[in-house]
Amino acid sequence: MTDSTHSVIQRLGERFGDIDFAAAPLMARDNPADEQVCVRVPADQLLDVMQFLRTDEACMFEQLCDLTCVDYLNFPDATDRFAVIYSLLSLTRNDRLWLKCWVNDPDPEVPSVVGIWKGAEWQEREVWDMFGIRFSGHPDLRRILTWEAFKAHPLRKDYPLRGRGEREDYPVITRESA
Amino acid sequence: MTAHTHEPPQPSTFAPEEPGSDHWVLNFGPQHPATHTTLRLVLELDGERIVACTPHIGYLHSGFEKLGEDLNYNQYVVVTDRMNYISPMANNIAWHHACEKLFGITLTKRCIVLRTIIAELARIQDHLLCVGTAALDLGAFTAFLYGFAERETIYDLFEEICGARFTTSYTRVGGLSMDMNDEWPAHVKAFCKQLPAVFVDIEKLLTRNRIFVERTKGIGFIDHDDAINWSLTGPLARASGVKRDLRKDEPYLCYADNWDGAGASAVTFKVPIAYGGDVLSRYQVRLQEMRESLDIIAQLIDNIPSGPIDVLPQDKQTLPDKREIHFSIEGLIHHFEQIMTNRGFTPPIGESYGATETANGELGFYLVSDGENAPYRARCRPPSFINYQCFPQLVVGHQISDLVAALGSMNIIAAELDR
Repeated sequence: MTDSTHSVIQRLGERFGDIDFAAAPLMARDNPADEQVCVRVPADQLLDVMQFLRTDEACMFEQLCDLTCVDYLNFPDATDRFAVIYSLLSLTRNDRLWLKCWVNDPDPEVPSVVGIWKGAEWQEREVWDMFGIRFSGHPDLRRILTWEAFKAHPLRKDYPLRGRGEREDYPVITRESA
Repeated sequence: MTAHTHEPPQPSTFAPEEPGSDHWVLNFGPQHPATHTTLRLVLELDGERIVACTPHIGYLHSGFEKLGEDLNYNQYVVVTDRMNYISPMANNIAWHHACEKLFGITLTKRCIVLRTIIAELARIQDHLLCVGTAALDLGAFTAFLYGFAERETIYDLFEEICGARFTTSYTRVGGLSMDMNDEWPAHVKAFCKQLPAVFVDIEKLLTRNRIFVERTKGIGFIDHDDAINWSLTGPLARASGVKRDLRKDEPYLCYADNWDGAGASAVTFKVPIAYGGDVLSRYQVRLQEMRESLDIIAQLIDNIPSGPIDVLPQDKQTLPDKREIHFSIEGLIHHFEQIMTNRGFTPPIGESYGATETANGELGFYLVSDGENAPYRARCRPPSFINYQCFPQLVVGHQISDLVAALGSMNIIAAELDR
């Protein structure tokens, strides 16, 4: 963990004393400066934390670099199922921070951060499309890569690699019926 | 299958042709020469002025990220060729850069230099196409041909070094699929010598061309703060004055100091920035970046270190040399251990994000490993996808012909957009 990341974690701890951020590197590294630090945030306080990280003088995460999700079904030692992963980037401080927001079946839902970073719009649509996680408050939460009538969320781990035969379900249009 | 709720298909937010309105709706794409690839835009028009623009994507979605959970760390490089097929080498390098970050592998000097040269050739290759087609869409055919002729030479150089022109699949975990031959640096140098003349030709045709400037200046405008807010990276962001280039800010390969472990200094280059935020600025940034790339290649091409291209395979994470496989039993066993489906890679359990600066912007991979042969999750941060979402904001208020200019300047590659 670099010094500047360390100070961000401290600021977060001071501002949100009631949240256990459990700051830890994504992976242990030989050189601590190479470590990519990840904190966990509960869904009900996600927007407050994000707004703070975006605007606070010591944080200044102006850009949402990446927003994705991982389905930890059957992952060794995983307790929750989905983690929505936010990768924040501060251009002024040249620093990154990862946030994980854990959600579970049957109705995984997290608040949308489109109001804070416009760049989240399509990325949240992609996560909804691929994982079936709803983003409450999203202005236009439609499927983006698959079609609206598609029922499944293909990047979930319980969805098989070769699909469930959706491509064979198309109605056959003949010359007479068209 | 787990229980999860499904909403019925929602109507599109786009409401065409309200009664009493003289607006009309145009379906732009998905198969149109000016969309370059399969993009579809639904435009609401007032005469020829764009009132609303709704992009529909996904026509080329082929489940690359799902495939990434099935293919091992070397196999997936073949899929990355098909992402941004304008500069496949850059994708290869980005993928294995992320893998090596996960594995904690330090590359050999020769491999680092070769990868840097190739990354810069890929950048030139991508920018030549983008500059050329951006002009082509505006009716300037000649500049496109000048650019394409040079791309042909780059394809020849790639064919010489890896055997394939388009789908290169050149990198491997901890190295490269094959070494260069002795003549290759001379051919690269010859290419670098002839290229500046082409830049001059293109500039003569476009930079002060009154038609080109009037068609591009102020078109597709996005300002500095919006560019950051919309997560733009690469030449698009830099044309809006965002000072961000991963080669400088999070250096890797030869862009980092002490890349060879013996105190070598990083290659020197400038990051071109423009402040116009429009199509013209993006053209200028790209043109200037190609010149800087040539400069980087010139610094390295005479000093390619000798030695192996692959890291020594003690940890059994990299494939052995073909000669080892054919002429020694240890090499053969090692190769088997890598290839057999019940053996293969043994990465550490954990998560890692690695990104490189490609011609379109930040191309990153977020890898989750559970210690198996293939990644548990291989998220790709595709620059085209993330850059394209601000497109409606760029074109609303302009004419249809300006939309074509704006689209050309963004260099959207649908295969990477939809993955």
